[in-house]
Amino acid sequence: MLQHRSLQVGWSVLTVEYVLRRLALFFAVAFVAATVNFFFPRLTGQDPILQKLAQLQIQGAGVSSEEIDGLIETYNAKFGLDRPLWRQYISYLGDTARLDFGQSISFFPTKVTKMLRDAIPWTVGLLATATVMSFVLGSLGGALLAWGKAPRFLHALFPVFFTFSAVPFYLMGVVLLYLFAFQTDWLPLFGGYGTNRIPEFTFGFWTNVLKHAILPAASIVLAQIGFWALGMRSMMVTMQGEDYMHQAEAKGLRGPRIFFRYALRNAILPQTTALAVTLGQVISGAILVEIVFSYPGVGTLLLNAVQGFDYFVLQGVIFTIIITVAFAMLIIDLAYPLLDPRINYRNE
Amino acid sequence: MTIPATIGAPDSGSASAAHAVPVGRARAIYRYILRNPAMMGGLAILFTLFLFWAVGSIFTDVSDARPLSFRPSNPPSAEHWLGTDRQGKDIVTVLIIGTPQTLRIGIIAGTVGIVIGTLLAFIAGYFGGVVDNAIRFVVDTLQTIPILIVLVAIAIAIPGDMTVEMMALIVAMLAWLGPTRVLRSQVLVMRQQKYVELARLTGMGDLEIIVKEMIPNLMPYIVANFVLAVAGAILASIGIEALGLGPFEANTLGMTIYWNIFYASLLNGWWWWWAPPIIIIVTLFVGLFLVTRGLDEWANPRLRKRV
Repeated sequence: MLQHRSLQVGWSVLTVEYVLRRLALFFAVAFVAATVNFFFPRLTGQDPILQKLAQLQIQGAGVSSEEIDGLIETYNAKFGLDRPLWRQYISYLGDTARLDFGQSISFFPTKVTKMLRDAIPWTVGLLATATVMSFVLGSLGGALLAWGKAPRFLHALFPVFFTFSAVPFYLMGVVLLYLFAFQTDWLPLFGGYGTNRIPEFTFGFWTNVLKHAILPAASIVLAQIGFWALGMRSMMVTMQGEDYMHQAEAKGLRGPRIFFRYALRNAILPQTTALAVTLGQVISGAILVEIVFSYPGVGTLLLNAVQGFDYFVLQGVIFTIIITVAFAMLIIDLAYPLLDPRINYRNE
Repeated sequence: MTIPATIGAPDSGSASAAHAVPVGRARAIYRYILRNPAMMGGLAILFTLFLFWAVGSIFTDVSDARPLSFRPSNPPSAEHWLGTDRQGKDIVTVLIIGTPQTLRIGIIAGTVGIVIGTLLAFIAGYFGGVVDNAIRFVVDTLQTIPILIVLVAIAIAIPGDMTVEMMALIVAMLAWLGPTRVLRSQVLVMRQQKYVELARLTGMGDLEIIVKEMIPNLMPYIVANFVLAVAGAILASIGIEALGLGPFEANTLGMTIYWNIFYASLLNGWWWWWAPPIIIIVTLFVGLFLVTRGLDEWANPRLRKRV
């Protein structure tokens, strides 16, 4: 009943003005991302893309000289020096808005967009699952620890997680990989699915995918649980002195109800804000996890692009990651009034 | 790893109570550290790392870290305690040279970050108005962007060979974001407080108030955010290096990780190569993490009640 009413209140305060303002911030971030892509290669006064293309033409490695000529021509037509910088900038922004990042140099003539489309589901699947799992488990664990009714094993377990929270995800990944894939071969060593399998919608394929995802996901979850538990624990302790907690107790409400409806519900709010703030860091860590596990996501795409100096892929990856994080934050911000009906965006 | 972006945000109100240090400052600090187990543990861990470097650098010869010095990929032996890597470097020597290099990146970037961050925080928080709005907008926008990605974009655009110092400056470019955000909100709270108002009534100038009244009271936050900035910078630099954009000539911990990934040392079973740098990095981060938790307790005395 209470839940239902707050939900209504929540949506009613989500004013058009707030949504518009939040959308404006999203587009500001998109604009910054595109601008970063455009100006950084030019900051040094040289053109690393053109240099790389010219170098490729001399070496002729993998790509035929006519294809390079074509690329250089396309490149010149797009950004060439025949037009002033601001015209190049405008047309670059236009291309980015249409999500046209050009073609890969290393895998010519594959479109960057296609490579991204293949990689994104892996990263989003891995990251979303791992983040939700560590957020839920960590927050719940931290809350129980502060509540004083936690089972004994939690008291023994969480100090370990607190320490783990100082460890970079991918180093955790290396250790897990060594223990559970190299020494014991319980789980696969690398990749998103077995090399002998073709992607298809069968039960066998999906269990194979799941098996490959366990270790990368576990390295993120193990290194993150402690972070959420620490935040939740200190929020819950602060919460216990509040008047409404005494009130709930005085009303004679049952323990679980006080725990979930009064304490947890209030303590989860700063956690949600923290989720939005740390998302960028989490994805930075996840990129490196993918590299450790050769997981076929955006991180591995980034590594290959960096090593092959595949500039167009690089720009595509940079833009996509920034936009994805900004989008996730937009969703969190828009969902916030559902959690906290007190927020009135009109008076903000 | 997720580095907390804030130190002491929730308790900002009570935070600035002046720390009256009694006579015998050194003894008071010593006694305080004993009362603060996180701080003590963290400092002890960092000191152990320091000892490893100090003792190690007496007994090692820098030239042992040159490629092709020894037979490559040999397991630990009496001569090479941690064996040799794929390029024929002595791994103990690489680590003893590399650990302070990585720390240097962190300290340079952290210092730049905290100085710029403190300046911007005072400009924004103390003077307010349009400048404050502008700084806040820039910080808010940049904070929604994954920092590693932007640093990768910068690092790859820089032509020529990377050096340890360049690496530090690249990482420093965004190291001011966290300190600016946290310190600004602290300045905002502090500006309202009685002793600042009193100082203003007695005719002190803005600069005098900032230097004599506010900065000493902000010190716990500045120190805590400095440590956070150092940890963040080290984390970012190792990430960039692991991607293959680091200083190839150097032996930093991140470059050691990069070569491990490059030569697939795990799949080749060269545990003596990949395990030691991981142990050092983890030790370093756990040490810094404990110190920040200790500093957090110092900055927020109210935390002491929390078990």
